[in-house]
Amino acid sequence: MASGTNVFDDAARAMHLVDYLGAELKQIPTRNGFGEGVIEAGSRDRNVLGICADLSESTRFEGFKKAHPGQYVELGVSEQMLVAMAGGLAAVGKIPWIASYAMFNPGRSWEQVRTIMALNETNVKIAGAHAGVSVGPDGATHQAIEDIAIMRVIPHMTVVVPCDAVQTKKATLALSAAWGPAYLRFGREKSAVVTTGETPFEIGKAQTFREGRDVAIVACGILVYNALLAADRLAREAGIECAVVNNHTVKPMDEAAIVDAARACGAIVTVEEHQKHAGMGSRVAEILAQRLPVPIEMVGVDDTFGQSGDPAELIEFYGMGVASIEAAVRRAHRRKKPPLRL
Amino acid sequence: MQPLTPAGLTELKLKANDVRQGIIRALLAAGSGHSAGPLDMSDVFTALYGYLMRHDPAKPDWPQRDRLILSCGHIAPVRYSAMANFGYFPLDELLTLRKFGTRLQGHPERVRLPAVETTSGPLGEGLAQAVGMALGAKMDGKDFRLWVVTSDAEHQCGLHWEAVLTGAKFALDNVTAIVDRNFIQIDGSTEDVMPLEPLVEKYRAFNWEVFECDGNDIAAFIETAARATQTVGKPQVIVAHTVPGKGVSYMEGDYTWHGKAPNAQQAEEALRELTAARERIASDG
Repeated sequence: MASGTNVFDDAARAMHLVDYLGAELKQIPTRNGFGEGVIEAGSRDRNVLGICADLSESTRFEGFKKAHPGQYVELGVSEQMLVAMAGGLAAVGKIPWIASYAMFNPGRSWEQVRTIMALNETNVKIAGAHAGVSVGPDGATHQAIEDIAIMRVIPHMTVVVPCDAVQTKKATLALSAAWGPAYLRFGREKSAVVTTGETPFEIGKAQTFREGRDVAIVACGILVYNALLAADRLAREAGIECAVVNNHTVKPMDEAAIVDAARACGAIVTVEEHQKHAGMGSRVAEILAQRLPVPIEMVGVDDTFGQSGDPAELIEFYGMGVASIEAAVRRAHRRKKPPLRL
Repeated sequence: MQPLTPAGLTELKLKANDVRQGIIRALLAAGSGHSAGPLDMSDVFTALYGYLMRHDPAKPDWPQRDRLILSCGHIAPVRYSAMANFGYFPLDELLTLRKFGTRLQGHPERVRLPAVETTSGPLGEGLAQAVGMALGAKMDGKDFRLWVVTSDAEHQCGLHWEAVLTGAKFALDNVTAIVDRNFIQIDGSTEDVMPLEPLVEKYRAFNWEVFECDGNDIAAFIETAARATQTVGKPQVIVAHTVPGKGVSYMEGDYTWHGKAPNAQQAEEALRELTAARERIASDG
């Protein structure tokens, strides 16, 4: 943070965030973070492979292909094959990263993911690119907004949705080094970089990016930035102080952090570029319903499909823009139980 | 590979008979499961475990072992019976088939029984995984072979043909696939349900080296497999023509035995037939 004396800056400082309210944030697609991370993972361990289904440029596998030609495999348009073959490679000691659009892998390959990666416990990593409506002009066929749901329901699976390009690189390296089947979800468009090289990252450990006592916004992916902007506006315009939790690991979710946020704030807003049904926010609701029920409002796509359009325009239209998050926070705030009056 | 002697062949025929008897006992104990496919593949599995494969039952995790990938997981009883009869685990364990807590799941799970190599049941996925293992072996300069047993009906799955394309692209001559060509599937004849013919020409068109033989003739299968594995630069497929239910007269050729187990009386009859057949093999070779 550039300056500041209030409590909110402490969280941002502890997390080594950039001054996200400043004017000149770097705008980098999260997929670039994957591209950089997987090259480095391939250098650290020669068993790391890159396998692609005819989308090497757009999934950002091109650099890996150049840096590690002997570790790169091109399979053509065959997403089920991508998973099954990677399972075979993992069975003989390889660490395959398989990349396609999230809509096709795991979208098309779900049964192979369940049987070959998860039930069979193989060390395969899926890079799900072009997730969310922010794919934009390609339209609904290519906008994966159900992928978190279908992946988080599978036993043994790790599901990570990093908040920016820098964190995506860290997540790629962390998942490469951690044994087990995993899904890394990221997007196509440029998005604000709020973390730095110094920001810690640990799979399964949620991060408080902003402190607040009124409502906790629990977000993942590129919408974490929108959550931070909404929190700032709410503080300035309505005096509502929001905590913002970067809940990057959807599975295994940091239950303690979720319960702590609910206890501290008494109301939760979840934010994700995904169907509200069965996504990250639904997992938050499952945890809190069982452990500490508090009012929850969800920001996400509301049981509908996307369409072609400008990414920012689609984020707004489907109710995931800053104003939508603000409105959800106000609703959650109103639903909080009033303090006991004796 | 040692040459197959007449005595060795008789030994294998006896083993195949043992494998069939193990299948019947396991299915009877389980009360459900598949009969026709396991019985018709007993000769192939015996040839693989008893002659063709490099393996050691005492070391199921031996890195240099040949891998036998059973793609059509529903014929697991033949694999389990072959494994038990070749020393991977006690014969009695076959009676736990499909029961709570067993290592012998209704469809095989590698995590529960490591030597089964993959978890299978959903069809069309075995060759794809074998192709991955084969490419990994090539990358690391390892010389083990991938033996892949597939059903004919799973050739109706798109993923299987993705694997066929991929095997050819990477010239995986360390892959030998075997098709259990028994012409049956749950709903009837493969050629009525969804025709596969001309199957041999399909594989040739996909740049595989193709072999055919009688899959219920151990000597013929071994001779064919030995030739197939000499192939350089191409994956191979052996279309093994089999009689569903082979060895049990009332099951032979009857597709309704694809997915059911014998009752006590039927099992008794099957075991009586197989015991008589075993005596004939022992006396006549």
